[in-house]
Amino acid sequence: MEKWSLMTIAVLLALTVRWAVSLGSYSGAGKPPMYGDYEAQRHWQEITYNLPIRQWYFNTSDNNLLYWGLDYPPLTAYHSFVCAYIAKLINPDWVALHTSRGYESQPHKLFMRTTVFVADLLVYIPAVILYCFSLKETSAKKKASTCALCILLYPGLILIDHGHFQYPLSLGLALWAVLCLSHDWDLLGSMAFCLALNYKQMELYHSLPFFCYLLGKCFKKGLKGKGLVLLAKLAGTVLVSFAACWLPFGTDVEQIMQVLRRLFPIDRGLFEACMFSSPTHCPDKVANIWCSLSVLIKIKNVISPRTQLKLSFAVTFLSLLPACIKLTVQPSLRGFKFALVSCALSFFLFSFQVHEKSILLVSLPVCLIINEIPFMATWFLLVSTFSLLPLLLKDELLLPYAVTAPAFLAVCLASFSILEKTSAEDLQLKAFSLKGYMSWFKSFPRIVRSLFLLSLSLMGVLSVLSAALPPPQRLPDLFPLAVAVVSCLHFLLFLVYFNIVILWDSKNRGQKKIS
Amino acid sequence: RAMAAGGRGWFRALALGVSFLKCLLIPAYYSTDFEVHRNWLAITHNLPLSQWYYEATSEWTLDYPPFFAWFEYVLSHIAKYFDPQMLVVENLNYASRATIFFQRLSVIFTDTLFIYAVHECCRCVNGKRAAKDILEKPTFILAVLLLWNFGLLIVDHIHFQYNGFLFGLMLLSVARLCQKRYLEGALLFAVLLHFKHIYVYVAPAYGIYLLRSYCFTANNADGSLKWRSFSVLHVTLLGLIVCLVSALSLGPFLVLGQLPQVMSRLFPFKRGLCHAYWAPNFWALYNAMDKALTILGLKCNFLDGTKIPKASMTGGLVQEFQHTVLPSVTPLATLICTFIAILPSVFCLWFKPQGPRGFLQCLVLCALSSFMFGWHVHEKAILLAILPLSLLSIQRAKDAGIYLILATTGHFSLFPLLFTTPELPIKILLMLLFTVYSFSSLKSLFRREKPLLNWLETIYLILLVPLEIFCEIIFPLTPWKRHFPFVPLLLTSVYCALGITYAWLKLYVSVLTERIPVRQKAE
Repeated sequence: MEKWSLMTIAVLLALTVRWAVSLGSYSGAGKPPMYGDYEAQRHWQEITYNLPIRQWYFNTSDNNLLYWGLDYPPLTAYHSFVCAYIAKLINPDWVALHTSRGYESQPHKLFMRTTVFVADLLVYIPAVILYCFSLKETSAKKKASTCALCILLYPGLILIDHGHFQYPLSLGLALWAVLCLSHDWDLLGSMAFCLALNYKQMELYHSLPFFCYLLGKCFKKGLKGKGLVLLAKLAGTVLVSFAACWLPFGTDVEQIMQVLRRLFPIDRGLFEACMFSSPTHCPDKVANIWCSLSVLIKIKNVISPRTQLKLSFAVTFLSLLPACIKLTVQPSLRGFKFALVSCALSFFLFSFQVHEKSILLVSLPVCLIINEIPFMATWFLLVSTFSLLPLLLKDELLLPYAVTAPAFLAVCLASFSILEKTSAEDLQLKAFSLKGYMSWFKSFPRIVRSLFLLSLSLMGVLSVLSAALPPPQRLPDLFPLAVAVVSCLHFLLFLVYFNIVILWDSKNRGQKKIS
Repeated sequence: RAMAAGGRGWFRALALGVSFLKCLLIPAYYSTDFEVHRNWLAITHNLPLSQWYYEATSEWTLDYPPFFAWFEYVLSHIAKYFDPQMLVVENLNYASRATIFFQRLSVIFTDTLFIYAVHECCRCVNGKRAAKDILEKPTFILAVLLLWNFGLLIVDHIHFQYNGFLFGLMLLSVARLCQKRYLEGALLFAVLLHFKHIYVYVAPAYGIYLLRSYCFTANNADGSLKWRSFSVLHVTLLGLIVCLVSALSLGPFLVLGQLPQVMSRLFPFKRGLCHAYWAPNFWALYNAMDKALTILGLKCNFLDGTKIPKASMTGGLVQEFQHTVLPSVTPLATLICTFIAILPSVFCLWFKPQGPRGFLQCLVLCALSSFMFGWHVHEKAILLAILPLSLLSIQRAKDAGIYLILATTGHFSLFPLLFTTPELPIKILLMLLFTVYSFSSLKSLFRREKPLLNWLETIYLILLVPLEIFCEIIFPLTPWKRHFPFVPLLLTSVYCALGITYAWLKLYVSVLTERIPVRQKAE
């Protein structure tokens, strides 16, 4: 079959799954008074449509910031405005000021789902398709479409976007940026990344590798000649795109400061407590290091928020450093993708105010290297989906979770036969393993495989338990916490692994080329 | 897309994949058939056998043969662990989450039989065509065409019915006949008939084929029948099987003296010629012609407007359809038409035996002919022709062309089954998925032969796209929607009727002209 028809089939399948998931429930469905992310998006439409742009980020009588106030950068607000405009055409009640609060109905759900679907179809999916076609290994024409199928069927993103409710625009734009960089269109790439950053500030997780990669590229070209020109051009592009996005707010400094305060409310706590969605108890259990440590010590009680901030900053910085330095010194596309993974993962694990959905920022670059290290990528993607389980359970998305996660595993098994790719070479650990322990590494593939199966069964059992059993009365958060700790341990190992791959990488490659 | 090395890994991946998709569709819209089956669960669970075919609390009385009732009986004993409330006869339109979950899962699980049957069918197809690419293997294509069949997916897993395992039985019996395990095949088909009697449409093909290839054990050298090879033993065995199965199914009701009641439930000729939504068959064209003539007559004053019954103008919405110009059609007339339409194919099977292939052709023709001329045909019945035709389509380019026309129009004609807006993208996406796959895979399979479709057929199929856009998107926005709500259904069914009639004729011509061209004149 032709490669285009294969790709069409892969995309159609992915779209079908997306729409089928979107038939289910969404975040905060029928849960007054605060509802969930769905209501947040609807509320932003209401705000942006009815209020003048100067009031969007300010607390006024018409804009109660405690009720889902805008806390994303301007592009999100513009997007909401466009959606609101269409909503107004269909049914003005959906975005009426004040009275539309908590509006829920079947047609409205259909409308909201369609907006996500369209955003996905226009931004994220084309980027994935083009990315897969641009992969080097496309000599076997199937490869591109299988790759695309695996990336597009990644359950975490589908469940969060089309189930929980969120727009895939920032990730899509980041993907466009990676795509442009891999085609050496550095200016377009940095513009796309600026747009992504201006859609969601969480994209900062990806900013360091972008910065280091482009900087390294400039160094490589020689900082006195071409490199300087490129650097100047890049800086110009970034400035212009930021200015374009913030233009309506540029009228006075107070506006900009207020937006920034909304974007980075550093007084919230070390790991994002769900301040809004559940008023009674239960801070969300995020699978990062701070939340897992809190099982042992209550950090909140020991250290002041200021010190917390400093501590997390220091740890994050330290964990980022090796990958970033390596990338700056030896900028390569492959290293760039791996650095995206490890930096985002460091941020997720160690930084301040993390939401469990942020794991998607790590998953996206992992998707990009799924054809290079299919085994590890699949494993990681499954763990990341698993780490979202408590959130999905709250949104009553258990069924789509229970279906899409095994389906994803099946697709990866079928298309990459991952279980046969567990040797040190397949895991890109050849360079590392050459250091000596040859005898030990003989049984390495088997050990890795059994570890994988063990972790799968652990996740399966925990999923079943948290879905089926009511938690014991004294420990209401037992299962979410267990899920968080288990995923966190996985993520730590993955962080170590990715850093090893990055740091031991190109020497070996260079040798190969010479020989 | 499964590339799992070697063996049947890809088959498992395909089956698993489609099962996951089915599970995702659990929260989707379901039709009144959901309540029908819930009611049958309740009836068979609570009432004694003697009441099954008399109970009429709900309007959805039991109108499938006894084996299906027993099937519901068995299911009901699992259902009580999910939600006992669904087993109360008086709980009309009861649909708790557990009920939905249970019913949907029961369809998905019974589909295992279908998956097994497809597996067996794939083994029957000779995979001699050496394809280095798994995606171009005929068996792989066949497995996708059957397992991922669009019609089956939306009818069973969205609309809600149990066609999966029934078609599984049918395909399994076909596979057994292909493997020359005749008795097993006959047994399976007999059982199938007592599950759902609509399969009686294809019974002539089974009867003649078994008679010709099993009861007569040898042929003459020129392929004609050797009368002396008649085997009494084989006939007795066949007869025994059929009688035993029938006795098992209908026997209890015969003893109770309820057979007439059962029969009246199974064959409700009181319903109209066409279903509420006209199935795209000959009668749809006939009705449309009648309507066109009526309008023409009114325009030219040949007809008196006051004498025309009012209901006739809302055709497509009411079941009873009064013809105004053309003669009205009686059940007997449709029976005769069907019989005449089936006859040549059966003759063909008898006089030009071609083994399993001839049998399959005859089976498809029987199904299609009954669909074309039957009384009160459901649009879903087209699957009875599409699924067996998939088996033929991967063997010959000519059949592949017919398959593409029939499958595309037939599946398109199922669209009105799902009329709710949230399911609109699902049905379009699934339809595109299946159509793109069937076209590209069959095209690559027969890429050395001439194009599968000629330009007229291509244009006809492409025009389905604007038709869909008009019916689902443009028409609801126009003011006609209030006065002529039936127009989209009418257009769809008439347009699809053209394609299906064409496919039927083309298949007939290709079967009749094969090998012995003289026979075509005899027709």
